[in-house]
Amino acid sequence: MVSILKRSLAIITILIIGYWLAVAMSHIPFGQDKMLVGQYYLNHVKDQTGAVNAVTAIVVNYRGFDTLGEVTVLFIASTGVGALLWKRKRERTARVPGSVVLTTGTRFLFPFIVLFGAYIFIHGHLTPGGGFPGGATIATGFLLLYMAFTVYEIPHKGFEVTEGLVGMSYVAVGLIGLLIGSYFLYDWIWQTWHVGTVGKLFSGGFIPIIYILIGLKVGTELSGIIDNMLKEGVSGND
Amino acid sequence: MNCISCIDYIIIGIMVLSAVFAVEWRDLLAAVVGMAAVSLFASLLFFFLQAPDVAMTEAAIGAALSGAVFIFAIKRTRRFETEEEEKPGWWVRW
Amino acid sequence: MIEISAYYFGAIALIMIGLYAVLVKKNLLKMLVGLSIMETGVNLLLISIGYINGKSAPILSEGVGPKGAVDPIPQALVLTAIVIGVATTAMALSAAIILYEKYGTLNIEEIRRLRG
Repeated sequence: MVSILKRSLAIITILIIGYWLAVAMSHIPFGQDKMLVGQYYLNHVKDQTGAVNAVTAIVVNYRGFDTLGEVTVLFIASTGVGALLWKRKRERTARVPGSVVLTTGTRFLFPFIVLFGAYIFIHGHLTPGGGFPGGATIATGFLLLYMAFTVYEIPHKGFEVTEGLVGMSYVAVGLIGLLIGSYFLYDWIWQTWHVGTVGKLFSGGFIPIIYILIGLKVGTELSGIIDNMLKEGVSGND
Repeated sequence: MNCISCIDYIIIGIMVLSAVFAVEWRDLLAAVVGMAAVSLFASLLFFFLQAPDVAMTEAAIGAALSGAVFIFAIKRTRRFETEEEEKPGWWVRW
Repeated sequence: MIEISAYYFGAIALIMIGLYAVLVKKNLLKMLVGLSIMETGVNLLLISIGYINGKSAPILSEGVGPKGAVDPIPQALVLTAIVIGVATTAMALSAAIILYEKYGTLNIEEIRRLRG
């Protein structure tokens, strides 16, 4: 009796909130030109940043500080997962190995998956993508290795050292801009040295450099999260 | 019978239906598959709205990694939503 | 009645379905499924606001000029939001694993009664 009352009250509340949201969205016409700041970014992205992809230029160059905040949030989440699930001795508890198709296919496909992920984040300023889908593809490659073999583990020391170094390099790239004499995260490659032409691989200022750092960081971080969640604590001699 | 230019209405309908199923099924593995299907159809809609970066990111992260992390959590806890349904009986789970 | 586009309707429907799962369901993992569906709905709503009829993707290669592209700013915001969404979902799931190991159940009404 109480649960039916609670359920109907929840449905009425949700319908009221949905109607209120729909009335609000009806004042925003779908498909009309309402750009204000976006038009300025689109007009000036080729000569101020050197990139062809406007979205990645906004994420790294015009709004680079927010991307630094997002990398920090990812780092906090990965550390939180590792801290919550910590046991003194952990190991994998999978008992059934993958079939022959899975193991053979994984051995062939894993280098190509890592190569494809690296292609996505190196060409972030020319084609759609960037650092985040590239890092996620690399983490998916490691997930495939976990599924196929029952004794596989990622090398912990190497991944953790890589993750820390790459995070510090991002802040170091920003501090170089401060040392030159301008603001934090100043694009010194494109605006002072004028390296490269628009549309080729060696253009875009420091966008490829930062996306390589972000791609490596996201890939190793998500692999670390998967590794922490798969292992269970083994009671040793406690 | 159906017009070819109203494909986005069809995909929005399938996405909302899949979300209703994801919330309603009591087998948690099936609910995770429904959630991954919602992510997949949202990635298709991002492509129709001329946003290729967002479509790639949603396909790589929402459909693959979010579902995988959920399945690892189900492995270490229970699979069915309430305890009565783990007894054998084909008429209970749907 | 009011008239809204189909994309707005789909995004608002996803948000409402996710909110229903968070309010009514009792299993902790089902509430997290609802939360994840809500995040997908919010991202869809943000991108469908920035769409302009007849324009193309914001990658300014040979055929597309600065006046022929859709709004790039909502796409930059949503690119960040998707990755943060999966990170917070992973952390909430590891908290749910810890709760199960301590209390033996995932029903939120049982957990509310047991203390310590």
